Amino acid sequence: MSVTVAIPTPLRSFTGGRDAVAVTGTTVAEVLDRLLSAHGGLTRHLVQDDGRLRTFVNLYLNDTDIRQLESTATPVHEGDVLTIVPSIAGGRPAIEAAEAALPKLSHAEVLRYSRHLLLPEVGVEGQRRLKAARVLTIGAGGLGSPLSLYLAAAGVGTIGIVDFDVVDLTNLQRQIVHGTATLGRPKLESAKARLTDLNPNVNVIGHEARLTSENALEIIRDYDIVVDGTDNFPTRYLVNDACVLLGKPNVYGSIFRFEGQASLFYAKEGPCYRCLYSEPPPPGLVPSCAEGGVLGVLPGIIGSIQALETIKWIIGAGDSLIGRLVLFDALKLRFRELKLRKDPNCPICGDRPTIHDLIDYQAFCGIGAEPSYDGVEVSVEEFERERAAKGDELVLVDVREPHEYEIVHIDGARLIPLSQLPDRLGELDGHAEIVTQCHHGARSLKALEILKGAGFGRVRSLAGGIDAWAERIEPGMARY
Amino acid sequence: MTLRLPGLLADEIRRHGEAAYPAECCGALVGRAEGEAKAVVRLAPAVNRRTDDPHRYLIAPDDLRRLEARVRADGLEIVGYYHSHPDHPAAPSAFDADHAWPWYSYVIVRVDRGRGADLASWRLDDDRPTMHPEPLDVLSEV
Repeated sequence: MSVTVAIPTPLRSFTGGRDAVAVTGTTVAEVLDRLLSAHGGLTRHLVQDDGRLRTFVNLYLNDTDIRQLESTATPVHEGDVLTIVPSIAGGRPAIEAAEAALPKLSHAEVLRYSRHLLLPEVGVEGQRRLKAARVLTIGAGGLGSPLSLYLAAAGVGTIGIVDFDVVDLTNLQRQIVHGTATLGRPKLESAKARLTDLNPNVNVIGHEARLTSENALEIIRDYDIVVDGTDNFPTRYLVNDACVLLGKPNVYGSIFRFEGQASLFYAKEGPCYRCLYSEPPPPGLVPSCAEGGVLGVLPGIIGSIQALETIKWIIGAGDSLIGRLVLFDALKLRFRELKLRKDPNCPICGDRPTIHDLIDYQAFCGIGAEPSYDGVEVSVEEFERERAAKGDELVLVDVREPHEYEIVHIDGARLIPLSQLPDRLGELDGHAEIVTQCHHGARSLKALEILKGAGFGRVRSLAGGIDAWAERIEPGMARY
Repeated sequence: MTLRLPGLLADEIRRHGEAAYPAECCGALVGRAEGEAKAVVRLAPAVNRRTDDPHRYLIAPDDLRRLEARVRADGLEIVGYYHSHPDHPAAPSAFDADHAWPWYSYVIVRVDRGRGADLASWRLDDDRPTMHPEPLDVLSEV
C-alpha cells in the first residue's frame, strides 16, 4: 500500500525540502516507522523517548484525526494521504514569578523544619513553597487522618478540610487524627485541635458541608491541590470532575479491607479518574469499609502515600504518580504499579469533552435509582412486636458473614451468608414468613430480591439491620 | 535567519496581547521566506483553545488546517507564531521550547501589567531542545 505523507513546512529540512513523501505500509504505525527510518531527523520532533507520538503532534488520515479512528493501528489504503499537523502550544512559566512572593521562614520555623532543610530536594525554597501552599483534603476519616497529620507536620501553610461527620467509636481503629477525648464532637473541630497542636503555624480551614455539585467548585477554587480521602463513588467522580474543570491536581487514594490504591490525577499532564474508570460500578457491587471492613493500618499507608505525593508536587521533587496507579496488598506486603494513559475519548479531559459542568453524581452512580423498598422493609420495633405474637412462624435469616455473626447476633437468627443463599434456598420453607437481616440493612435487601426471585412470597427485610436492633431494642448488645 | 516584521504588525501583536491580558494571546505570522530572511506580511490572530490556564496557549490542529489552506490560497505561508507573556519576559519557557517546531519563528511579546512591551523572536535548534533568539527587524513605516 503506498501512502502519501504530507510534511509540514517546519519539518521539510528533514525530508530534503520535499512537502510530501511516498511511504508503503498497512497501518499508520507502519507508515510512521518507515518514514522515520528513511528520514531519521524527523524522529526527535515527532516521537518521545518512549516511542510514543509527542502530544502536540497530530496525524490526519485523509481528513480525519487518527485519534477518532484506531489511532496508530488504523489501517491505510492505496492512495491515502497522511498529514502531520502541528499543534502550536506554549506559555509563560507560572512558577518563577510566584517565587519572589513566597513567604519567609521565622527562626522557629527554620528549627522546626531543619530535617527538611537539610535535604537539597526541599531546602529553604521548598519549605517556603510548602508554607505558601493551600491543600484541600476531602474527608477527615481513615485517609484524611494520616494525610492531614503529615501535611501539618511538614509545614503546609493552609490545610482545608471538608467533612460534616462526628467522631464515632468505630472510627478510632484507624482515624488517628481523632481521639477518645473528642468522641461525639464534629470531626472538623477534633482534627483542627490536633493539627494546630502538632503545628501551630498551620492555618486549618474547616468546610463543614457535604461536598456537592453546588458547592464543589466554590470550595476547591481557592486551593492549589486537592487530596481525595472519600469513601464513595459519587464524591470521587465529583472531586475528579471539579478538579479537571478547575485545572487542579487531585491526589487519589482508596482502600478496602487489605488493599489500597493511589495515583495523582492531573488532566493537564496526564489521565484523570474517568480515564481509568469511565463508569462507576453498579450501586452495592463494591461494599464500603462499613460493610466490608478495613485493616486500620492500611489507610495509614495509603494516606501517607497521598501526603508524600502532595508534598512532592508542591516542592517539585522526584517522579510523580501522574500516569501511574500504585496498588498495595497488605497481606502479601506487595506493591504493584500500573501505567495509566490519558483516554482521548475521556468525557471530561479527552479531545472532545462532553462534560463541561458538574452533573448529578448521585444519579450518575445509580444511587436513588434503585427500586423502592416501601412495604418490603420492616422496622425493628414492628419486627419485635410481630415476633412476640408469632414466635417461630416468623423466620429470621441473618445473611452476614460467619465472622460477623460471631461478633454479635439476634437470638434465634439462622445464619445463611448472602453469598451462599442461592445454593441454600432448600433449607427454607417456601410458605414461611421470612425476615432477612444484615448489619445495616443493605445486604438483607439483596437477599430479599434473591428470595423473591426464587418464588418466596412472604419476605421482608429488617430496616437498619442488627445495628438498629442493638440501638433501639437491645441496648446492651455489642455494636460494631 | 532574520525575521522582518513591519512596525504596524509589531504594534498589532502588542494590542492583541493587551486585549487578552491577563491571559495569553496567540496567532500565526503569515508571509514568505526570502532566502536568508522571512518576511511577515500579515497576522492571523488565533483562538486560544486553552481556557483552563491563563499561562498557556494552544492553537488547535483543526484551526491550523483551515488557516493553512487560506494562507496557501493567497500564495503565502505560515512562517511562525506569536504569543504573549503576561508580566513575564519575552523569552521562551521550558514549556514553549518543549512544544516548539523547528524553522518557525516564535515571536513573544511581554505584556507588562496590561501594557504591551518588548518583543523578541526565537527559534528552536534543529536537534531540540533549546531555543535561541533570532535577529528581528522591526521595519518602520515610510
